[in-house]
Amino acid sequence: MRRYLVRKLIIYILTFFVAATIDWILPRLVSGNPISILLSKMSLQPGTYNATYKLYMNAFGFNRPWWKQYLTFWTALFHGNLGISIYQFPKPVTSVIADYVLFTLALLIPAILLAYFAGNRVGAMAARRKLLDNSVLPVSYLLTATAYPWLALLLAFLFAAGGIGHFFPISGGFSYGLLPSWNWTFIWSLVTHWFLPFLTLFLVAFGGWAIGMRNLIIYELESDYTHYLEALGAPTRLVRRYAYRNAVLPQLTGLALSLGMVVGGAVVTEVTFAYPGLGYLVFQAVGNNDYFLLQGIFLFIIAGVLIANFVIDIVYVIVDPRTRVGISGA
Amino acid sequence: MTVLKTDEAAEKAGAPDAAVSAGSGKPRRFEFLYFALRNKKLLLGLSVVVLFVLFAVFGPLFVQHPMLNYYIPFRPPSSSFWFGTNYFGQDVFSEFVSGLRESLLVGLLGGCGATVIGMTLGFVSGYKGGLIDEALNVLCNIFLTMPVLVLLILVAGFLHHTSGLIEGILIACTTWTWSMRAIRAQTFSLVSRDFVGLARLSGEKSRQIIMREIAPNMSSYLLLVFILSFGGAILTAASLDYLGLGPTNGMSLGIMMQQASDWNSLQLHLWWWFVPPGAAITCIVGGLYLANVGLDEVFNPKLREL
Repeated sequence: MRRYLVRKLIIYILTFFVAATIDWILPRLVSGNPISILLSKMSLQPGTYNATYKLYMNAFGFNRPWWKQYLTFWTALFHGNLGISIYQFPKPVTSVIADYVLFTLALLIPAILLAYFAGNRVGAMAARRKLLDNSVLPVSYLLTATAYPWLALLLAFLFAAGGIGHFFPISGGFSYGLLPSWNWTFIWSLVTHWFLPFLTLFLVAFGGWAIGMRNLIIYELESDYTHYLEALGAPTRLVRRYAYRNAVLPQLTGLALSLGMVVGGAVVTEVTFAYPGLGYLVFQAVGNNDYFLLQGIFLFIIAGVLIANFVIDIVYVIVDPRTRVGISGA
Repeated sequence: MTVLKTDEAAEKAGAPDAAVSAGSGKPRRFEFLYFALRNKKLLLGLSVVVLFVLFAVFGPLFVQHPMLNYYIPFRPPSSSFWFGTNYFGQDVFSEFVSGLRESLLVGLLGGCGATVIGMTLGFVSGYKGGLIDEALNVLCNIFLTMPVLVLLILVAGFLHHTSGLIEGILIACTTWTWSMRAIRAQTFSLVSRDFVGLARLSGEKSRQIIMREIAPNMSSYLLLVFILSFGGAILTAASLDYLGLGPTNGMSLGIMMQQASDWNSLQLHLWWWFVPPGAAITCIVGGLYLANVGLDEVFNPKLREL
């Protein structure tokens, strides 16, 4: 178990290292560095331009040798310093991120967990049951094949813009007329704004889990231990319970692997509903050429995904006794 | 997500019948065809995909109103404007046709690229084993945990100008991990077979063994991997385009949705502007996934009885 977790941890640290390096290298690799783009907006005279360019290059340390820049980058990172945001100048990137992160977490955690549990339950029920299978399976396939932006637009149109009705607000994290405070009006406003983005993320993920669980249960019901149990005359419910517990393991691995995709879906969904989470912030950062913010959010999201991965690893160790005694290092 | 499912499904069901089909020629192939023509999932999925591909190829012949001509805006679908007109008075149908072509091409490029990279690394990793496998596997895991779309946003955010070609390559470079994972696992199970050992004894080079002995024996599997990569690439490209980070000039299904969203098609109830592109993506990708399940049943006898 120790070996398993340590191995995972090393991979996560490596991943963070690679991600940070990509983060650092990209602006230096691309022709037309961020500073020339920033300055091009100021429409300066050539002489002034060159002087300002030099000043900025000095100020940001772009004229130092690359390895020195790289070391400075890591030192700053360890001090929790991600730079200053241009879009919300002069706020530091970390405090801009802090303003938005709660919305994203409130969206992602329920969507991921509920879709996982509901999808697995429904998929397990559908396996080997003709009637349910014929309805759940096609719907699930359609849901996984749906592009996030389309589902978000469709839900917004039908339930918020008046396609069917105006049940939910179409954009924002809470009503613009309210000040954040802990009273019921505000909380209700939060909930109604939260629901449609949540539903988008939930539905797409739900389809994938249902299909996966259905297939896995069918395989489990083919296995020797199932036949043995059946031969002993065990009730179907008991057999299915064993099948479910075995099928959950690969699904748990799948949960870790799906995180990256859900995060991508959250970006698109938050943009559609102008929901003030990190995805929306990333979009704003790109639109406003705010490179420090863009880099900061990227690192922040990677760190979040890695932490979530590690939590799932720990859950895996708890759920699968084999990893505890070291029989299989999944 | 679905890539992974097949991967595990295959592991659970044992390797596909690959090794069995080696050596025998025609009868097996006819058998595949026999099962293929009787598999409803495969037929339905494939016909949907083929329909859209044909539409993308011959669609321009039906376009009556060129994309850059402007007519009366906000027109709902009618006999002269099949998909209506948008906020600016452009024909949505003509946008749809050129968007479909672009999206399919980018998807094809991204899917092919991801499969080729995944195949190369997967074969080398699975065949060589040892330290090389360890290193490649770590690389794969690193890119597997990274959120692809966020990485692509970062890259595209710094690029400023992208074309469909660059977008396809970027998608291939970030999504190869799924195919590598699947192919590596399959290669592992084939490497220990006798016929690979025999080829080694007879002094064939590693590359020849991979190309002649291993790859042909999992060709069915490679096809499945490609289909899923293709579908995944279409979805990724749609999200990227929707965020305004796709091809700078040109039209795609994602860009259509972006413009529809930017120009208040929701509030103005111009549903004919954003429903067709998204529906087309869902149909194509759904068709691909369905065909994938069908093909899996055709190639893998263990699944046929189900």
